[in-house]
Formats: sequence, C-alpha cells, structure tokens
Amino acid sequence: MPLKNAPSRVVPLDPAPATALERPSPYSAGSVLSVGNLTLEAVSEILALASLLEREDPLERAKRLAKRRVALLFYESSTRTRTSFELAAKGLGADTTLVSSLSSSIEKGETLKDTGLTLRALGAEAIILRHPSSGAPWLLERETLLPVLNAGDGMHEHPSQALLDLRTMLAHLRPGIETVTAKTLEGITIAITGDILHSRVARSNMLLLPRLGARVILCGPPQLLPEIAAQAGPGIEVERDFVRALAQSQVVMMLRIQAERLAGLQLDLEEYKAGYQLTEALLAAHAPKALAMHPGPIVRGLELTGEVADGPQSLILEQVHHGVAIRMALVLRALTASADEVSA
Amino acid sequence: MSTILVRGGHLIDPAAGVDALKDVVLKDGRVVDIAAPGRAKVDPDAEIIDAKGLTVAPGLVDIHVHLREPGQGHKETIATGTAAAAAGGFTSVAAMPNTVPTNDSPEITRWMQAPERGASVRVFPIGAATRALKGEVLNDYAALKAAGVVAVTDDGNPILKDSIMREVLINATRNGLSVIQHAEDTRMTGGCSMNAGPTAFRLGLRGMPPEAEYGLVERDIRLVAEISREVSGHKVAHLHVAHTSTAQAVAAVRQARRNGLRVTCEVAPHHFLLTEEHVRDYNTHAKMNPPLRSVADRDAMIQGILDGVVDAIATDHAPHASHEKEVEFERAPNGITGLESALGLSLRWLHHEWKMPLGRVLSLLSAQPAALLGLKGRGTLAVGSFADVVIFDPKAEWVFQAKDSRSKSKNTPFDGWTMQGKVRWTIREGRVVYKANMAQS
Repeated sequence: MPLKNAPSRVVPLDPAPATALERPSPYSAGSVLSVGNLTLEAVSEILALASLLEREDPLERAKRLAKRRVALLFYESSTRTRTSFELAAKGLGADTTLVSSLSSSIEKGETLKDTGLTLRALGAEAIILRHPSSGAPWLLERETLLPVLNAGDGMHEHPSQALLDLRTMLAHLRPGIETVTAKTLEGITIAITGDILHSRVARSNMLLLPRLGARVILCGPPQLLPEIAAQAGPGIEVERDFVRALAQSQVVMMLRIQAERLAGLQLDLEEYKAGYQLTEALLAAHAPKALAMHPGPIVRGLELTGEVADGPQSLILEQVHHGVAIRMALVLRALTASADEVSA
Repeated sequence: MSTILVRGGHLIDPAAGVDALKDVVLKDGRVVDIAAPGRAKVDPDAEIIDAKGLTVAPGLVDIHVHLREPGQGHKETIATGTAAAAAGGFTSVAAMPNTVPTNDSPEITRWMQAPERGASVRVFPIGAATRALKGEVLNDYAALKAAGVVAVTDDGNPILKDSIMREVLINATRNGLSVIQHAEDTRMTGGCSMNAGPTAFRLGLRGMPPEAEYGLVERDIRLVAEISREVSGHKVAHLHVAHTSTAQAVAAVRQARRNGLRVTCEVAPHHFLLTEEHVRDYNTHAKMNPPLRSVADRDAMIQGILDGVVDAIATDHAPHASHEKEVEFERAPNGITGLESALGLSLRWLHHEWKMPLGRVLSLLSAQPAALLGLKGRGTLAVGSFADVVIFDPKAEWVFQAKDSRSKSKNTPFDGWTMQGKVRWTIREGRVVYKANMAQS
C-alpha cells in the first residue's frame, strides 16, 4: 500500500535539526569542532590570519593574547598537535596549561564535564581538546560554554589538521592565494590512502576539500575503507586500486594504520603493504609530480617507505611547520571571535 | 468508592465501536453506564466531571516502560514513573524486568505490585525470560505468571541462542504468556552507538547494522512457525517484537501475519518521528537502542502504523539521571523518557498531520496493546470494564517542557516540541490520578 498521508523524506519537525553542513557552533563563534563549523569565508580569514601572524614580529605577536589563559586538555598522546597548539598559544602571549589523562584527576574518574568546568573556574578562556571519543568536543562546549578547538576526537574529525593540510597544498598548487572559493581547487585530485575508517584526518579533509572544488579519492582495502564512505559528502569517491588512484592525483595523502582503534579487525600487513604502500617506484611511475603528504606519526616501511618520507616529493615536515601558523590563527580567533576584533 | 459522572464528553472507545457524545458513569472502579448525554442515572452525591468539548477515551496502555525499581531509584521509582504515566494519560503500564536485581522471581513481581510502591497507575510486571537476562537458563514461568507477570522478555538484551529462544517460546506458550523479543544480534553491535550508514561514518561512530534487528526478527519468526507445529492443542505461540525500528523487521512481521502466525510489533514515537540525523551534535538524548534509523526506516514505521501492521505505540520509557547522560556520546546509556509525550506526539503527527482517524490512534495506544498482552477489562470503556479513563482536549496545542516532567529523569529529545491534545484528567480504576492544573495553561 502506498504511503498516502505520510510525507516521504520530510518530516518538518520542530525544533528541526539544521541540515546545512556548514554552520558555526551554536554556543561559541570561535569554536571549531568540525570543518563544518567553518564557511569558506571563515576558512579564508583563518588562512589570511595565519600568514599575518607568521610574518609578524614575535614581540608584537606576543602582545595579542598577553596573559590570557588557554587550556590544553589531552586524553590521548600527541606530539605534533599538542606541541604546535602550545607553541601557537604561547607565541601569542597566552598562558597555557596542559592537562593530560595520565597526570590529572581524570585518572581518578573525573568526568569530562567536571574537568572542563574546573578549567573554566581556573580562568581558562578556551580549551583545546583531544579525546578518544567521537563528539567529545560537543559535550565539553555544551557544558562549559567556552570556545573549544577540536584537536582530534576519536574517529571523527581533526579540523586544524585539515586546515594546515590545505595551507600546505595551497602553498604549492596555488601560491599566494589565501581567499578560497568553491573553485580554488578545481582540477585538483587528492588521493587519501590507508586507514580511512579510523582516521579523523581523512574525515576532516574529505569534508573540507571538495567544498573548494577538489575531488577526493579514498583508497584502501574494504576493512579500512567501507563503501559508504563515498556517501559521507559530495565530491568523494572510493577507488580500491592504488595505482589508479595515484595516476589521477596531484596530492597523495597517506595515513597510518591505527592499530589502537582496530578493535579486533584482522589485517594482513604484508598484503596491505603490497597493495597500498607508497614507494619511490610507484611515485615515479604514476605520480611523479604529486605532493606526498602525511599527517604523522608516520610508520616508515608500512604505509610509506623511508625513502618517500625523506624524498623530494614529501611535504611531511612542511605540514608540521604550517601547523603552528594555522593554530595561532585558530587560538586567536577562539579568544577574539566574540568580540569580533581580529585586526592587523 | 464514590461515583464519578463524566458528563458531556465525546467518547471514543474503538474496541466497543463507540464514537459519539456520551455520559460515562464510573462506580466502584468499574464502568457502570454509558448513556446518551443527560440520560445517565447517578447517585446525587456523584462527583461530576464536565467533559464538554473534550474527548473521553479508555485510559492509555503502555506495554513497554522501564520503571527502574527495584534497584535504580536514582533514575526513576515506580511512584515517579507511574505519576509520569498518569500525566501522559496512561492508566496501565507494563514494566520491563531489567531492574537490579532483574525480575526473575515471583517475589520481585509481587514487590513491584505492592501498594507500598505508591503506583498511580496499574503496573503489569513483565518477567525475565532467562535468569539475569543472560539468555541461558529459563525462569519458572508458571510461578511468574501466578505472581502476575503478563509476558516474558530479556529486554535490553536479546535471547540470542536458537535453542534457548525455542525453549522460551515453547514454555511461554504452555503457560499462556507472550514472548517479547528485544531483537538485536549483539554479535553485530559491539561498541556501536548509532545506526550504521553514511551518517555514522561521517560522525566517526560505530554503527549497528539494520540486519542486527531484522535478522533476529526473521529467526524468531522461523522458530514460531516451527514450534506452532509442535505445541499441541489450542495454545498459540505469541511473539511480540519490541521497539521495531527497521523497514525489514516490519516487513517480516507483515509476512508472518500473512502466514497465519501470531506475531505482533510495537513502534516507539521516536522511531516514527526522528532519524539518525538527530545524532549530528552528539546529543545523548538521541541515543537509544535500537538506534534512530534512516529516513527510509522512519517512513516505514509511519507506513506500518497507518496501514495496520504495527499493533501498538509503546514508549520504551527509559529514564536516566542527568549525570549519566552528560557524558561522551559513546559512553552514554541508551534510552529516553516517553510517557508524557507519547499522546501529544501521536495526536500531533499521526492524527493532525497525517490524518489518521483519532479512534485508530487511540486504539494503538490502548485497545490494541491491552489486547496484545491479554489485559482483560483494559483498553475499553464498555460497561463492566475497569474505570480507566483519559479525558483530553483534542484541539489544545501545548509545548512540552522536560523540566516540568513528573518523571524523575528529564532525558527526552522532545523538550520544547509542540504537542497536540492536552490531558485534563486521568482516572485509574475510578480514582482521579492526574488532573491538569488549568491555571498554568
């Protein structure tokens, strides 16, 4: 029997969840929980601000957030992200404090809500959070009402990584461009390869880059790349054949296999390497001009060879470098977005 | 006990085929007269309820609630849960056995029904199908039934093993009890916190595949067909599928019925209204089990309700304390409250928006669930029935506020939603157990 009275597809419920992918956080304008919080205008502002801050005299820069308080709350280990957020905040003059799960009351069973409220009571004006559970930044923001920067949540997102990856790509593919539009990356194909399923870097990149006109090809074996990934957003395709993916791409982004999140998944590493390891020979044969990227930490000899990591096409350390500038922009924006005062 | 005359209301009693202006007389806990307006003979000292402009219907029956007692009084007590039920127009609720300890025994079954619990509405305990809900060892169904259970289930957990489910069905049927299955193949749902699909992928959450539900429903239906040939005589096995959420599960129930099997199902308001998209901000009030599904599944629930495959609307009222829900999405417990929003949502959406006749909506909330669990004298206001009545203003629109809920817990995704149909009086066995404070509205 056909459904006559009930509307298919649309139930205009109240209060309706916003369906637009891009919308700022409802609690704090300076929060970045997902790349979905950022319009292309906001991305452009962040890119411009990153460049401005990078060029600025360090002593002048350190006056921008002098003595303001930023908390780094890290429930997972991190080298690059933590250090660069810390350097970024300190470079702007802010006082930072690091709370990590192994040296705090988190060990005693304190909840994320209570830890967040405690940090706020100690004067934190923004919290940078890394957490093993997808969506944890939403909880922290809802409960503390502070600006929250997502420094990686579970298998969900890592927006600052996607922004620094974008800045790295633009520096090579669109030098000088900071104002991005829906066409900025037209004609550019990015192959994200490896453990897509567990990767927050992959999700942030696949949701951000197509909005600038890029094509994103996801590549990996079915255990690490479910077919539904192609439906995560527009402009995303799945390609199982690494060579075919390489041959189409101007950027090759390799990902680490996240052993800590495999949850019983069996993976034959030799088979994986045979199918998806990035080698000098593959690069030379199929993507001799492509930019080789990796969010780190890399596992040499697994997802890519040491020669590729150290080779001329590798931008891995450049990515790390761009991270500080992007994170300065994000921290500054987090503490000033409400006042709407981010000027030169 | 005094007499109550409900005067001048529009009586809708689908089971009795009544849909007209009637006076209803309640005495000694029973319905004693249904008469044309002004024609009822009553004692001069009868309490009179003026129901002019209001709908009078059989008290609602929710066959799926978690009252949390014994053992989890910080979430809900039988007193608070049934107070919420009364405010929502319910006069009977069937209480799930996943309490602490689980309701494995006649002692707990009796304890739940004892007057000391302070229940506003009638509580029908459902017994644990297997000891401690582990799906291994069957409880004593004859003893449970004698103590008052109306069905058996391991709700919260499935009865996974074929051999055990078979034994449960056979034993329950011999004892005249329905078997309620929480259909979730937990071998496919470990570590999962929402529906599987593109949304779960995008949100970085592990997803429960729809197969985990409908695969078990299909397995159970096969078992019902098999044992129907084995259990002799006039006893017919009855399988009831709890909180149905997938299109394929509804299709399997539809097919089983065509094949002459006694298989029924219920749908919760959140499964005919919400979808997995509501998880997008990791709101833990959008986390329940079964999870919110796809748009196609949600539409299949609506269709199943409209075309009659769905036998009942049941809330799966699952209170949790605020601190339990204010945690990371993956760590939050499953479930939402539902007793005070079920009627308002059903009337607003099924009746008002989707034009389902009012009598049919009320039937899904009273006559059909009562019949499904064999609750005699409930779900109808025919003379001689229990004096269980809900009187509501069918046209009133109001906004549901979680903070005003009578439930001990406020974990509802419907906070701030517009409802239709305001309950004015709830009468259980001839006693007013809820009366709206009209000064507020």
